[in-house]
Amino acid sequence: MSKEWPLWEVFIRGQHGLNHRHVGSLHAPDAEMAIKNARDVYTRRNEGVSIWVVESKNIAASAPSEKGPLFEPSNSKVYRHPTFFDIPDDVGHM
Amino acid sequence: MYAQLVKSDGMKSREEMSPQERAFQDRIDRGEKIEPKEWMPEGYRKTLIRQIGQHAHSEIVGQLPEGNWITRAPTLERTAILLAKVQDEAGHGLYLYCAAETLGVSRDELMEKLHSGQMKYSSIFNYPTLTWADIGAVGWLVDGAAIMNQVPLQRTSFGPYSRAMIRICKEESFHQRQGYDIMMKMAQGTSEQKAMAQDALNRFWYPSLMMFGPSDKESVHSAQSMAWKIKINTNDELRQKFVDQTVPQAEYLGLSIPDDTLNWNEEKGGYDFAEPDWSEFFEVLKGNGPCNKERLGARVKAWEDGAWFRDGLMAHAEKRAAARQAAE
Ligand SMILES: [Fe+2]
Ligand SMILES: [Fe+2]
Repeated sequence: MSKEWPLWEVFIRGQHGLNHRHVGSLHAPDAEMAIKNARDVYTRRNEGVSIWVVESKNIAASAPSEKGPLFEPSNSKVYRHPTFFDIPDDVGHM
Repeated sequence: MYAQLVKSDGMKSREEMSPQERAFQDRIDRGEKIEPKEWMPEGYRKTLIRQIGQHAHSEIVGQLPEGNWITRAPTLERTAILLAKVQDEAGHGLYLYCAAETLGVSRDELMEKLHSGQMKYSSIFNYPTLTWADIGAVGWLVDGAAIMNQVPLQRTSFGPYSRAMIRICKEESFHQRQGYDIMMKMAQGTSEQKAMAQDALNRFWYPSLMMFGPSDKESVHSAQSMAWKIKINTNDELRQKFVDQTVPQAEYLGLSIPDDTLNWNEEKGGYDFAEPDWSEFFEVLKGNGPCNKERLGARVKAWEDGAWFRDGLMAHAEKRAAARQAAE
């Protein structure tokens, strides 16, 4: 059996000024074809102004089991949010 | 539906579940999405691969009956519209194959299972599209039935499936409207055109009702799938909704639904209607529908005829990558 084309992750910038966002994946033999295919698969209705593709095997991801140690420490740091501080109305907009 | 008869293991009671399985079910009950790398019961994974795979295959095979009319559409504009519609269906298949692949099955494996008949696609695509009015009926009824099923699936528990459904639903309403638009033109046309439209409705009505699958009120597979939120409504619920929505649309066209028993039931707030012939449905699933051999044959031929091209592009990509590395 012939070799399966590698899997690529596709990121699209929807409008000027916005971040690229992950939209899905596809198979393609190389980066050039991946971009061409991404154009057809993910931007048929003007959804993008720019495309990034990266081979899926090159993406490193945090493990679901590490969710606790990674993200819980920030739960207790409520003072990072401006609403933690009560500023009297008399002070005006801040 | 696009996934009509998906088998899963029987349903487990809370007491029979392991602590891990119970925690998993709790997450689903809270409405959390399950993502590919997270722990999931083997049955959940397997059922989803079957369901998403069947759904993807239906999108891909579903291109064939409509593709049949691309070169014969009555105007250039209709050709362009139909081409865009069929291209969307290819996209839908690709979104769904990718969602299935996140569960650990490869694309080639899915293709191989379709081609060998181990995996199914929706029975509806084994019916022929004989006239241009059939293209109208397919968009109106078949995409209409698909929408019924796909809209609730946007809330399914598996993240990649849910996201694929959201993308697909955004594109489907164009499909149904272009079909209805064809039906309107035909129904308001000459008496021959109107007769063609009626004939298309006659032939596609019952196969469209079959798309939802046989009644699954008592099915253990469905109970488990619903607990896992990979199925949201029963087949009968969706079929009823579809009939209630479609009858007034047919009335507007001045066409009649080919069912003498069709009757508004005030008490239930919906129509009473005749069930399709389920023995026909099972025959079609077994491979004995009017176009099964032609459809699967076309898919296998496309796959095999394209092999040299896929391999060629891969060989070219590898050669270029090697050359780049040597130059570094
Ligand atoms: Fe579709
Ligand atoms: Fe569609």
